[in-house]
Amino acid sequence: MSVIAVERIKLFSTRSPWWCMIIAAVLTVGLSALFLGLAPSEQKLHATITDTQGGAQLSQMVIMVMAALAITTEYRFGTIRTSFQAVPQRAALLLGKTFVVAMLSGLIGVIASFGAWAIGDLVNSSANLAIDSAAEWRLLAGRGLIFALSAVIAVAVGALIRQSAGAIVILLVWPLLVEQLVQLIPKVGDDLNRWAPFTNANSFLFQGQDVGAGGGPGDATSYAMGPWWALLYFAGWAAALMTIALVSASKRDA
Amino acid sequence: MIEAKGLTKRYGATVAVDNLSFEVKPGRVTGFLGPNGAGKSTTMRMILGLDTPTSGEVTIDGQRYRDLHRPLTKVGALLDAKWVHPNRSARSHLRWMAASNKLPKSSVDKALDMVGLTSVANKRAGAFSLGMSQRLGIAGALLGDPEVLLFDEPVNGLDPEGIVWIRTFMHRLADEGRTVLVSSHLLSEMALTAEDLVVIGRGKLIAQSTTQEFVDRASGTTVKVRTPQLDQFAGVLNEQHLATRIEDVEDQGKVLFVEGDLTTDQIGEAAAAHGIVLHELTLQRGSLEQAFMQMTGDSVEYHAHEEIAAVTSLDAPDAAEVAAGPKEDN
Repeated sequence: MSVIAVERIKLFSTRSPWWCMIIAAVLTVGLSALFLGLAPSEQKLHATITDTQGGAQLSQMVIMVMAALAITTEYRFGTIRTSFQAVPQRAALLLGKTFVVAMLSGLIGVIASFGAWAIGDLVNSSANLAIDSAAEWRLLAGRGLIFALSAVIAVAVGALIRQSAGAIVILLVWPLLVEQLVQLIPKVGDDLNRWAPFTNANSFLFQGQDVGAGGGPGDATSYAMGPWWALLYFAGWAAALMTIALVSASKRDA
Repeated sequence: MIEAKGLTKRYGATVAVDNLSFEVKPGRVTGFLGPNGAGKSTTMRMILGLDTPTSGEVTIDGQRYRDLHRPLTKVGALLDAKWVHPNRSARSHLRWMAASNKLPKSSVDKALDMVGLTSVANKRAGAFSLGMSQRLGIAGALLGDPEVLLFDEPVNGLDPEGIVWIRTFMHRLADEGRTVLVSSHLLSEMALTAEDLVVIGRGKLIAQSTTQEFVDRASGTTVKVRTPQLDQFAGVLNEQHLATRIEDVEDQGKVLFVEGDLTTDQIGEAAAAHGIVLHELTLQRGSLEQAFMQMTGDSVEYHAHEEIAAVTSLDAPDAAEVAAGPKEDN
């Protein structure tokens, strides 16, 4: 699989992906330390594993920016043409890139979530933060899957928009604003929100979690589907967007 | 060998490349000549499968670029020296290219050595001067030891030393039996670099010939003669071992052109000595640049000013007709 080797060399031979990955991991772990370390002792007593994951959403955004940049910088600097010249099978090349970026994002997701849990456990000795339910394992290990799939969506959007600023705006505004704001639409708003892709990514992670002291997405009552179906649904969005991106990249002039 | 057949590229209402057909032969440097915006780069992108032609096709040894297996071993190209990630080192840039076509790691060092970048191989490409970027681009093109090489305006912005280096390099590549296509808008540069020429203007083919033929046709002075005793006078001149050429010029019928840097005085006296009636006797002078501009400029406005061009050629003693000649080959 030479395309994977190609994209691995590309990704690791510039510095910004490294920075993004480090920031992503540090954000989740650091915020967990702050949340649990600085919480009043009353809250510390009721802290749960969910409380250690407060920074993960932010890290996910950083990872998506990294993934989008992996493709948009190729358009910005013209290296996409050199790439397509070297590998005229454009879909294969882009899938190679997606694979490398997604695997790495998944790895960062797992490191971040378990790191955040470990540091939380360390700074907060007054609550039992042992991973003792399937739902908690899903929350921590599942973060890797969500990061990987988010990265796929980000690469797809980047390949379609071909421009860093535009792609990043879409990738930030969509999960953070659009999916929340649609709820304001009368009658259909709640349904739109329940069926939105990133809402389902969260639904996969937080369904059935003990939300503990902070409260949060875990206590939302109206999920569209069970956690694993939600993951599959999110993956479906990633696959659909990637397919559109591949077809578009193969047809359009580079 | 590169072969274009009826190659056409439209962007909306704009026709960038218009029914272009040409051949590029191996073992020679072929110049791809045309003014800025003539469609040279678009054509090169189509050769490389980056842009899809609206109609027609271009093949490399009978295969479309997109169907090539490990294309870098077949075609090397430098379209833009700036197509490098500025924060990636020269070596890393070549390393991913080598990996994409399963080329050995040694090919990277070999290519770096060939263009003289070994000492700066680990520096970031963004810090390179244009000349160094150009060399890196050429290293990328040579990576797979390809038979066919494309260079788009490789001497643009280079200092004299760099220009000579590139020129010598192209010849070496062609001497090794490779097919080399070099585009430029600088005719004088092409006259030094290329053995064959493909000349385009506004996306249309204007001429395909050897550079020598093109230069001969375009430069030097020619005496234009219009006479009712055309064949007789041509015979007289041929007896004096003068090269003549009879061409159909629009609105003027058959016209006699006497080549070989003669003056109108000599031709006029020859006509008088044989009692030949002359309707016109003009000296036509054209530098390469002039001829090129007229040829390509003409192709831009040809349809709109067809008749005017013929009229002005009577008033202007310079080489308007030189342009008309090869154009009619289309």
